[in-house]
Amino acid sequence: MKTIRELSKALQERTLTSEELVRSCLKKIEEENEALNAFIWVSGTAIDEAKEIDLRREAGEELSVLAGIPIAVKDNILVQGWEITAGSQILENHKGAYDATVIERLKNAGAILIGRTNMDEFAMGSSTETSHYGSTKNPHDRTKVPGGSSGGSAVAVAAGFVPCALGSDTGGSVRQPASLCGVVGLKPTYGRVSRYGLIPMASSLDQIGPFTNTIEDAALVMEVIEGKDENDATSIELASTTAPELIEPDVKGLRIGLPKEYFVEGMDEEIRMRIDEAVKKFEAAGAIIKEVSLPHAKYALAAYYIVAPSEITSNLGRFDGLRYGYHSQGSNLLDTYERTRGEGFGPEVKRRIMLGSYTLSAGYYDAYYKKALQVRSLIKQDFDEALKEVDVILTPTSPSVAWDLGAKFDDPITMYLSDIYTITANLAAIPAISIPCGTAHGLPVGLQLMGKAFDEHMLYRAGMWFEKNT
Amino acid sequence: MFTTEDVKKIAKLSRLHITEEETEQYREKLGSILEYVDQLQEVDTMGVPELQHAVAVENVFRSDEPSIDLDERARAMEMFSARKGDLLEVQAVFSKDE
Repeated sequence: MKTIRELSKALQERTLTSEELVRSCLKKIEEENEALNAFIWVSGTAIDEAKEIDLRREAGEELSVLAGIPIAVKDNILVQGWEITAGSQILENHKGAYDATVIERLKNAGAILIGRTNMDEFAMGSSTETSHYGSTKNPHDRTKVPGGSSGGSAVAVAAGFVPCALGSDTGGSVRQPASLCGVVGLKPTYGRVSRYGLIPMASSLDQIGPFTNTIEDAALVMEVIEGKDENDATSIELASTTAPELIEPDVKGLRIGLPKEYFVEGMDEEIRMRIDEAVKKFEAAGAIIKEVSLPHAKYALAAYYIVAPSEITSNLGRFDGLRYGYHSQGSNLLDTYERTRGEGFGPEVKRRIMLGSYTLSAGYYDAYYKKALQVRSLIKQDFDEALKEVDVILTPTSPSVAWDLGAKFDDPITMYLSDIYTITANLAAIPAISIPCGTAHGLPVGLQLMGKAFDEHMLYRAGMWFEKNT
Repeated sequence: MFTTEDVKKIAKLSRLHITEEETEQYREKLGSILEYVDQLQEVDTMGVPELQHAVAVENVFRSDEPSIDLDERARAMEMFSARKGDLLEVQAVFSKDE
């Protein structure tokens, strides 16, 4: 698949129309989606919307880079009038009553929304296997998982269905599937992109981010979707935004940190080799490689599995069978709540809701929730300190390549450990990107770069250099 | 780590109906997750502040002007499982025998 930049150029030069582009995307989806299950629904109005953009272009209107470009949307971002279910039975037949801010901005830019992509139920999972709509397959090997939770979006880009898809990242849900599918995936700094209209999982960790083929494309999409939004009180007035044209792919003098705690046991040997090779390339081009220490990083996963379920249990309290979706009538109101939720939620979601109820319950709050928030402080301090010494921190995105479908499904801890390198960026609220970095065992490897809060520019700069030199 | 009764109590707090079979599965899996997260107890957090939100924003205001989109309101109400006119219809919260 061509990049957004290339497609946009072709559209502007009239060597391609948006209608032709959308038709070719839809054709490919029709031919290959059944086997991959990346899309769970495809829009019936995309061709008409593309024709309208073509007409506007014909009329000489000045259009945005994204005008006429097909984009896929994870099934937890509201689009007015679309059925949006977060991959869950409990939101069966639920229709978006309004557009999420990112959707409003994409529509204003003229992007063509192609359809909804599959995901782990309520974004809880690392393999896209907990979806009510069945699992998504990795296009590099259909017996493997695509990663998750935004597996459908990762596959939609990796399989060449669309040049861009939106995902959401709470503990690695954009970066980890990007890594396993061999595409670019960005988790922006918390607060850079509005969460208004994103079905919440853990509100202090969730961020919407793009999947693309190149870093420049990710920056092009970010330019449109980022920025303060009155409807999300945690979104930040940005001091600066990075126009993709201003990114200099140059690493001379760039300080790259390797956290010593990450390069220990548990990392696949072939992945380690790919990462070592990447580090050597950066060094040969003049980057300064430094060892940094993140002493509390080893507690990140444990802290996450208290903080996230605690927020999940309160965010998912709204699904009562009365105001949205699935309803199972009981003998009284309490019985209706319990039946609706018991039948409507899948096992992983129920597990996390119960875990959160427990960690927030009387007598356990201090031992679990308060403790986890304190450890979160220490993790953030570690990153703040390390990022004083270096410009970016480099790690693999995932400790393993894509695994067999079903292999980790019954063992939550093993599944959770696949997010070990990504979860810290959410806890510390810093930006992080996954970039393709060769293959191991014949499957894609992802390289992760993490930076200072709101310094996505540094990730783009280092990442783009790497992209151009591999 | 958990008894069957513990799991039933947590399910009740979570407003989740779970079967006997599920109860046994959750007892085992929740136990193993709690065992894992227990490693936090070894971290010295004396005097460490709690980090609820990593981006420090305080007192976020917007102008207090009513803006009701009646279409959006209608679309939201279409999602109700049962309603009477413009009202959400629910079962009685209290019953006589309670």
